[in-house]
Amino acid sequence: MGGELCFSPDDRYNAFLRVCERAPHGDGKLSGTAVAIKDNISTKGIETTCASKILKGYLPPYDAHVVGLLKNAGAAIVGKTNMDEFGMGTTTENSAFGPTLNPRDTGRVPGGSSGGSAAAIAAGMVRMALGTDTGGSIRCPAAFCGIVGLKPTYGRVSRYGLIAYANSLEQIGPMGRNVNDVSALMQVIAGYDRRDSTSVDRPYHHTPNPEIKGLKIGVPEEYFGPGVDKDVAHTVRTAINRLEELGATTHPCSIPSMKYALAAYYVTCTSEASSNLARFDGVRYGPAADTKKTWHEAYQEVRKSGFGPEVRRRIMLGTFALSSGYYGKYYAKAQVARQNVQEDFARIFRDVDVIVGPTMPTIAFKLQEKTDPLSMYLSDILTVPVNLAGIPAISVPCCGRVHNMPVGLQIMGRPFDDERVIDVAYAYEQAVA
Amino acid sequence: MITEQDVRHIGELADIGIQERELGEFTHQFNAILEYFDLLDMVEGEGTVRHELTNVMRDDIVEPSLSQDEVLKNASGSEDGFIRAPRVM
Repeated sequence: MGGELCFSPDDRYNAFLRVCERAPHGDGKLSGTAVAIKDNISTKGIETTCASKILKGYLPPYDAHVVGLLKNAGAAIVGKTNMDEFGMGTTTENSAFGPTLNPRDTGRVPGGSSGGSAAAIAAGMVRMALGTDTGGSIRCPAAFCGIVGLKPTYGRVSRYGLIAYANSLEQIGPMGRNVNDVSALMQVIAGYDRRDSTSVDRPYHHTPNPEIKGLKIGVPEEYFGPGVDKDVAHTVRTAINRLEELGATTHPCSIPSMKYALAAYYVTCTSEASSNLARFDGVRYGPAADTKKTWHEAYQEVRKSGFGPEVRRRIMLGTFALSSGYYGKYYAKAQVARQNVQEDFARIFRDVDVIVGPTMPTIAFKLQEKTDPLSMYLSDILTVPVNLAGIPAISVPCCGRVHNMPVGLQIMGRPFDDERVIDVAYAYEQAVA
Repeated sequence: MITEQDVRHIGELADIGIQERELGEFTHQFNAILEYFDLLDMVEGEGTVRHELTNVMRDDIVEPSLSQDEVLKNASGSEDGFIRAPRVM
């Protein structure tokens, strides 16, 4: 039934950057369902800022492909969620509009960069939300807030209307209270779109199936090595034992390219960011550039005041990595490293059906615990290999907790095997329910 | 090691509007991050990246697109249907 949804949640966690108090909806699979959208996904006529001052007041003249699909399915778009500016961060503290708090413990971060979407779901404000995942930005906040989040296979969900940060790595994906909700949202958003040149014609019509008898699970040693909190590792191992009780078998494996995967990731994403974010000049959108000044003067002024410190840092790092004399040492090597990561996964997937491990090496950090950029980057070590390889991965909450905080079980699959990672997550979720 | 002079140069290349008082901290952070990036030195070979993708092109046919009004709506200034920009020369 078409109609209008009244939405005025008690947003005590700063999950939303803006709320649509009267959200129209139509008929369809998601008729009347409140869906929140991360603020780097274009919504026609609804301010879209990427949590950056440089896009304050920007009203997209068109909908992202996924937003159009949601409207066609009858969903009510109830608001835009907070995030690390342009998706650059692991805590949602890099938002120009203040951090989002973790509903499980307001002294802690919700994870990032899709922290607002995860917090809105964890707090019960919405059942489902869209996030984006460039190096873990769906799975990290899902793990930290105790919800479910899927990073789909690269190409399965159109990026048309997603404000680009690192095109070769990022995907829009579903986040929800449980695996069924994530699967229902994936049904709506997956499929071919000719406006995204990397789109692949692989729609998703799946319904979760909890039968995993005979499933072969790879357990990489690197996911339980130094840097991974012992209690988190133990909680995840207990979850893997549960999958064995359901009839799966486990097989030790190794991803040697993990040694340099994080470095390859940060070289690649900052390089792409330095190019993508060159468009923010205060001329076509954003805060006005002073047209009386010269181009470079006016441009630098807008970008100095419009971008936050982490965005400026990444643009400069990428500019450096691509600059004459350094390209071979950084960018070219990172692409070879990326190929090695893909080959490691392909080799392991010849013997096993899925690979599992922790989503994050620790539980959610305390607010302002991570101030040094490199130590923040290092916390992405378990999520970035998936983006380098383009494969699907889901984070589902473990039954056990550490310091009363949720821990994410990460399940990674072969390219286009999103259905299987959903099934394994569903089997676990049902078994511990 | 990169120097404050290098960071000033990168800031200019990126048009990021770097300020003198920021140079010390950025230089310190970049050196720590670049030292970590040196892990890539252990990657062997330079091979071109293999993939199974083909470029997607469409025929050059005019299709419906945004109106001029819609395109100009977010611009900070416009004149006679054009976007007003800072001078280049």
